[in-house]
Amino acid sequence: MEALALQGGFSDASVEAALAFRAVMRAMARPGTVEHVAGAVPPAPLSAAAGVVMLTLCDPGTPVHLAGEADCAAVRDWITFHTGAPLVGRERAAFAVGTWPDLLPLEGYPMGLAEYPDRSATLIVELNVLEARGARLTGPGIAREVALSLPETVAFQANAARYPLGLDFVLTCGDRLAALPRTTRVEAN
Amino acid sequence: MSDYNFAYLDEQTKRMIRRAILKALAIPGYQVPFASREMPMPYGWGTGGVQVSAACLTPGDTFKVIDQGADDTTNAVSIRKFFEKTAGVATTEETARASIIQTRHRIPEEPLTEDQILVYQVPIPEPLRFLEPSEVETRKMHSLEEYGLMHVKLYEDISQHGAIATAYAYPVKVEGRYVMDPSPIPKFDNPKLRMAAIQLFGAGREQRIYALPPYCEVVSLDFEDHPFEATRADHDCDLCGASDSYLDEVIMDDAGGRMFVCSDTDYCRSRRAAGHVGAQGAPYEEGRP
Repeated sequence: MEALALQGGFSDASVEAALAFRAVMRAMARPGTVEHVAGAVPPAPLSAAAGVVMLTLCDPGTPVHLAGEADCAAVRDWITFHTGAPLVGRERAAFAVGTWPDLLPLEGYPMGLAEYPDRSATLIVELNVLEARGARLTGPGIAREVALSLPETVAFQANAARYPLGLDFVLTCGDRLAALPRTTRVEAN
Repeated sequence: MSDYNFAYLDEQTKRMIRRAILKALAIPGYQVPFASREMPMPYGWGTGGVQVSAACLTPGDTFKVIDQGADDTTNAVSIRKFFEKTAGVATTEETARASIIQTRHRIPEEPLTEDQILVYQVPIPEPLRFLEPSEVETRKMHSLEEYGLMHVKLYEDISQHGAIATAYAYPVKVEGRYVMDPSPIPKFDNPKLRMAAIQLFGAGREQRIYALPPYCEVVSLDFEDHPFEATRADHDCDLCGASDSYLDEVIMDDAGGRMFVCSDTDYCRSRRAAGHVGAQGAPYEEGRP
């Protein structure tokens, strides 16, 4: 393990994790809202926001899937050291992280069970652009409608159609994040 | 404060609760199981709400606790002191100044804003529990959207009493999918469940967390010919004269004397401070109850 893997974690874990969780919760409760987070410096290609989300939510009880370029030695060591999460294939993942093309197809991830729809994966999608324009979002948490730059709309529509089963998404870009729970209705604009 | 981790719970426990909260927000009205911890207070005193609050608190928060609307009951005071001690957060009795409000059985009268979080203490999270004692069965009923039994229960109310007699913990349907117990709030509060704030529900003994995101569609169950009705005592508050708040009836003596007062103590206090005086009220003086 490189010494690099030991760096870039929270310096004040309980407070930084609390602030980060509040940002993730606001994002999940209000789909389309873009939040800023801080505290983690993960190795490339992970964004700071993706690192913060993983430090806040992942531990030995949450299998993590690294998709595509995110599946490199530096990231594997960093996540293992800081969270202790086991690294697994997509079919067992509680969390998955990667770019949108690397994460596809969505069918392979746990979607939840009819009696336990919460047993589904949360995908952390690394984006180059995250801004309040593009696809039209409506649903719980949104007063009327909001816009968000999504990589596509069809896959999210198919995901919402499975409700109450389905995946939930945290969209990350640099130190910013937004979220898209399965309840959000997405229309191309 | 340095003797405790921030907000009492250890980080691993908080992560587990936080993951449950996020899934609860993603599936509104669905009860997410979580590994509830022993807390330094008995079950029934708000251990679920306390764990949810502990997972949400940040050092900059201002925390308010109400018990049946009141800030000054034993339960509210002890939980407020618990987080003053273990999280070092500021506390308040003013609804508008609080960023997180933990509540037992009421929604504040003052509308909450987008920046606030309302945490409910829940005794029995399963709305079907008194109709079907088996968890295996109720879980199956939720998965199949089989809620006929609940309508039969409400219908039996009508056939016996002429109206739906359920006055608190009145069942609601969330986003057209899950039937949810809004905790034992009076049905007067049901219309407020669609609000701008995030609502989180924690049941410690029963080990369930559920949630309502802002502006979530929440419909109280009813029938076309017996529509839902939010009821309150047909009276004005005797202290502040409010005609729009939920009232407690207080017995004053052995001779049948009684008065009706706002159950939301902060609402009543702020109205009296603004000069409103009810039928039995005295003019407001700062610092006097």
